[in-house]
Amino acid sequence: MTVIIGLEIHCQLNTKTKLFCGCSTDYRDDGPNTHVCPVCLGLPGTLPVLNKQAVLYALKVAKALHCEVPAYSEFARKNYFYPDLPKAFQITQYDKPLALGGYIDIEAEAGGEKRVELTRIHMEEDPGRLVHKGSGDRGRYTLVDYNRSGVPLIEIVTEPQLSSPKEARRFLNKLRATLEYLGIYDSEREGSLRVDANISIKGYERVEVKNITSYKGVEKALTFEITRQKGMIRRNATIVRETRHYQEARGVTTSARSKEMEHDYRYFPEPDLAPLEVSSWVEEIPLPELPDARRDRFMQQYGLSLNHARTLTGDLKLAEFFEEVASDMPEIAAPWTADILLGELNYRDMPVTKVPVPHYRALLLEVKKGSVTDTSAVEVMRLILNQVMEGQQPEMPGEIIARLGLSKEKGDSIVDTVASVLKEHEAAVADHRAGKAGAINFLVGQVMKATRGRADPKEIAKIIADLLKD
Amino acid sequence: MGSRYSFAHSDPHNAFITICREAEYGEGPLSGIPVAVKDNISTAGIETTCGSNILKGYIPPYDAHVITLLRSAGAAIVGKTNMDEFGMGTTTETSAFGPTLNPADPTRAPGGSSGGSAAAVASGMVPMALGTDTGGSVRCPASFCGVVGLKPTYGRVSRYGLIAYANSMEQIGPLAENVRDCALLYSVIAGHDPRDGTSLDLPAPAPLKPEIAGKRIGVPAEFFGEGVDPAVASAVRSGIDRLEGLGAEIISCSMPSMQYALAAYYVTSMSEASSNLGRYDGVRYGTAPDFVRSWHDAYSHIRKTGFGEEVRRRILLGSFALSAGYQGKYYAKAQAARQMVRNDFARLFKTVDMLAGPTMPCVALPLGETSDPLSMYLADILTVPANLAGVPALSVPCGTAHNLPVGLQLIGQHGAEDEILSAALAFEEGSA
Repeated sequence: MTVIIGLEIHCQLNTKTKLFCGCSTDYRDDGPNTHVCPVCLGLPGTLPVLNKQAVLYALKVAKALHCEVPAYSEFARKNYFYPDLPKAFQITQYDKPLALGGYIDIEAEAGGEKRVELTRIHMEEDPGRLVHKGSGDRGRYTLVDYNRSGVPLIEIVTEPQLSSPKEARRFLNKLRATLEYLGIYDSEREGSLRVDANISIKGYERVEVKNITSYKGVEKALTFEITRQKGMIRRNATIVRETRHYQEARGVTTSARSKEMEHDYRYFPEPDLAPLEVSSWVEEIPLPELPDARRDRFMQQYGLSLNHARTLTGDLKLAEFFEEVASDMPEIAAPWTADILLGELNYRDMPVTKVPVPHYRALLLEVKKGSVTDTSAVEVMRLILNQVMEGQQPEMPGEIIARLGLSKEKGDSIVDTVASVLKEHEAAVADHRAGKAGAINFLVGQVMKATRGRADPKEIAKIIADLLKD
Repeated sequence: MGSRYSFAHSDPHNAFITICREAEYGEGPLSGIPVAVKDNISTAGIETTCGSNILKGYIPPYDAHVITLLRSAGAAIVGKTNMDEFGMGTTTETSAFGPTLNPADPTRAPGGSSGGSAAAVASGMVPMALGTDTGGSVRCPASFCGVVGLKPTYGRVSRYGLIAYANSMEQIGPLAENVRDCALLYSVIAGHDPRDGTSLDLPAPAPLKPEIAGKRIGVPAEFFGEGVDPAVASAVRSGIDRLEGLGAEIISCSMPSMQYALAAYYVTSMSEASSNLGRYDGVRYGTAPDFVRSWHDAYSHIRKTGFGEEVRRRILLGSFALSAGYQGKYYAKAQAARQMVRNDFARLFKTVDMLAGPTMPCVALPLGETSDPLSMYLADILTVPANLAGVPALSVPCGTAHNLPVGLQLIGQHGAEDEILSAALAFEEGSA
C-alpha cells in the first residue's frame, strides 16, 4: 500500500508589525488584547494597508525555494464565520498567489537526495486565538484574544510527493532550517509553524488532517493516520474524504464534527488592496548562505563527513555554534557536537544557544590534548549542562577534572591496576588465552571500573596484551 | 479648538439620527460652519449606526480620515444624518430610524441613500454635509432635494472610517446648497491618505472659477432612453441648452455598455456587501445574542433580527453570486461588464471633456411608494456607470418637473473634479 502525503505549512513571518496595520507582532509577554488597533480588530470602516516588509520576506522564501513569482498576484477574501475572525473574512490569496512551483531537496529514504516539489506559496493574515475556559469538554465559556489577529503568515503547499512520515519530518526539518537561515521566522515562538497534511493510500480517498500545531507532532499524526487508513482497508471499510483534527495530547486524529454542508468560502478579490506587481523585486533580494551550501562548505572547509555536515547545518543556531567553538579543531568538534552534545541537548530539551562557548571549547581542547578519556569528558559535559540548566555559573572543565580527579591515568600509573585485575580474574585470562573473543572486553571493563573511567580503553587493551605476552 | 457651536434647529424632516447640540470647532477654512455627516462615517465618541439596528449603540473609538480633516479645517460637526440601512436604498426609507421627509415636498422621500444629508442641506439646517455615493447615493438625493452633490474620483477621498457597503465603488462626497460650498467641502476632504490602500496621490484641487466656454460635452443617447420621465428629460435638455448657450459644444454620443451597467453594479455591490457585513454577528456590536444556543444559531438569530429586509436580501443575493458554481455566472460576468463600462468612458473621453444627462430618471417619489425592490434598483441606471468606472460625477439643480427639483448630472474624466465643478459653477451662476 503506497502512502501519499502532501503538506500545507503555515509559517509566521517575524516582521516587527502586523500584515495590515502597525501593531507590534511581539506580544509574547503581554496580556490578551494588548496588541490591537481598529484595523486588526476589524472595526467597521477600517482598511488594510499592506506591510511591505512582509512581502519582501515572503519573496525571500520564494526565491530561496526556487519558486516562480508571477508578474501579477492579488489578495482575496475567504469568507467564513468564526469568533476569532473579527471581519468574518480572512485576507489571503486564492487563484493568483504570490509564488508558484519551487522545490526542496531532502535526504531520501534510500540515501541520496529526493526533490519535493512545491505547488505554491501565498500570503495571508493569522486570525485571533480562542481560549476555552471553565470545565467540561469544550469549556463553559470562551475568550477571544486578538493579539495574533493580523500577524503575517505564508502558506507553503507541497505536491503530494512525500511517501512516509519520516520523509515528511525530514522535509519539515529542511524547510524549517531554510526559513531560519533566511531570518524571516522565529522558531522559538509558539505556533510559528503549523501544519495541515493530506494523506491517502494510493487508490483510496484522501483525508486532510488539520491542527498539527507543532512540527514535531507531524510524524506522530501521520503515523497514526496511515495506520488507521491501512486498518480500514484491511477491514474492507470505506475511507471517506473528510477533514480530521489531530489531538496532540492523545496522539490521535478524530473526525471533525460534520458540518451541515461543505464550506463555501466565497473567495473574491480583496477590493481594498491593489494587486501585487512585485516580480521585479525578487532579483534584488539578497539570499544568505542556505543549508545545502553550508553543508557542502562544511565538508570542504572542515573535511566533515556528509552525515556530520548535514546534522550540523540542519539548524542555523547549531551551525553557527559549531563554527564559533570548533572550527580550529573540526576533527574533534564535529563528532563531539553532532553525535554527543546534540543528544545531551535533546535529552534536556535545551537550545544550543545556552551552551557556554568558552567551557565547551575548553572541554574539546582537553579531549584534543588527551588529558581526559571520552567517558570522563562526557561526564564533565553533563555536569556543565546540568549546572546551566539549574541556573548556576558553570565550572570550567579544568576545575571539574581536578575536583573529581578525572585526569586520564596513563602508562605506568595504570600498569599496576591492570596487573591486579588480571590476577583477580584468572578465569577470564584463561579464556582470553584460549581465544575467547569476549574475554578481553570483560577485562578492559574491569580496569575501567577500577579507574572510574579515567583510563583510555585502547591503552588498557594494549597494556593487557603486553602483560600477557610475558 | 475651543469654540462651541450651538445647534438649535429642530429636525422636522427626520434628517438626523444623532444631533450634537453643542459642537466644538476651530480655526480653518470651515471655521464655525456647521457640517452634517452621514451616519456611515465613523466619528470618535459619536454613535455611528449606518441606519441599522445591528449597530445601535456602537460608538467608534476613532475618527474617519475625513472627520479628522473636517475638524482640522475648523468645522463644527453637528450630527449624523439618516440614511438607507448601510446605504442600501434609493429613498432613505430602509433606515431603522424611520424615513426622512423631502424638504421640497414632505410627502415625498428625499432619495437616498444619503437622504438625511440632502434634507439637512435643503431645509437650511446646515449649509453643507457629507454623504457617500456607492451607486448614486450622493447624487440621487441631491437631485431629489434640489441641492448640489459630488461623487469624487474613486480614491480621491480616503475611505478610512467609511463603513463599507461596496468598497470598490464607494466614495465620500460633499452635498451643499450651491456649487461653491460643495467645492469648498470637497477641497477639504480630498487628498492622499496612507491608511487607505486605494487612495490616490493627486495635486490639491485648483481654486474654483466658472469655466465652460469651449468645453466639449457629450450627451449619450442612453441617458434619455426608456424609463426616463419626459418631464425630467425636458428639464435636463433645457439645462443642456443653457450649457450650449454658455459656449459649450454639445456632442451626441452613445454608451452601449449602459445596458449591462445596472446588473454589473448590483452583482458587484451585493457581493462585496455580503462579505463586508459578515462582521455584524453580535459578538462585538449591537445587542448581545443569546449564546446559550450554539454560536451558529446565535449568529443567525442576531443577523435575522438586526438587519432590515433590504439588507438581508442583498446579503443573500451577494452570497449567492459569489458561491461556488455560480461565481462564474454572476460575479465574474459583472467584472467583465464593468470593464466594458470603463472602456466606454475611456473611448468617449477621447473626444469629449465631460458627459451630461439627467441624474435620475424621475423626480422624488411619494413616501412608501417603492416597495418593489426591482423598480427601486432601476432608478439607479444613470448614476451607477460613474461608480463602476471610478470617474467623478456631480448633480446640480436644473429646474423642476412636476414642481419638484430635477438634477443635471455632469460626469468627468478620472481626476477631473475641478473641470466638472467649474462647469457646474458656470451653469449655476449663468456665466462662462
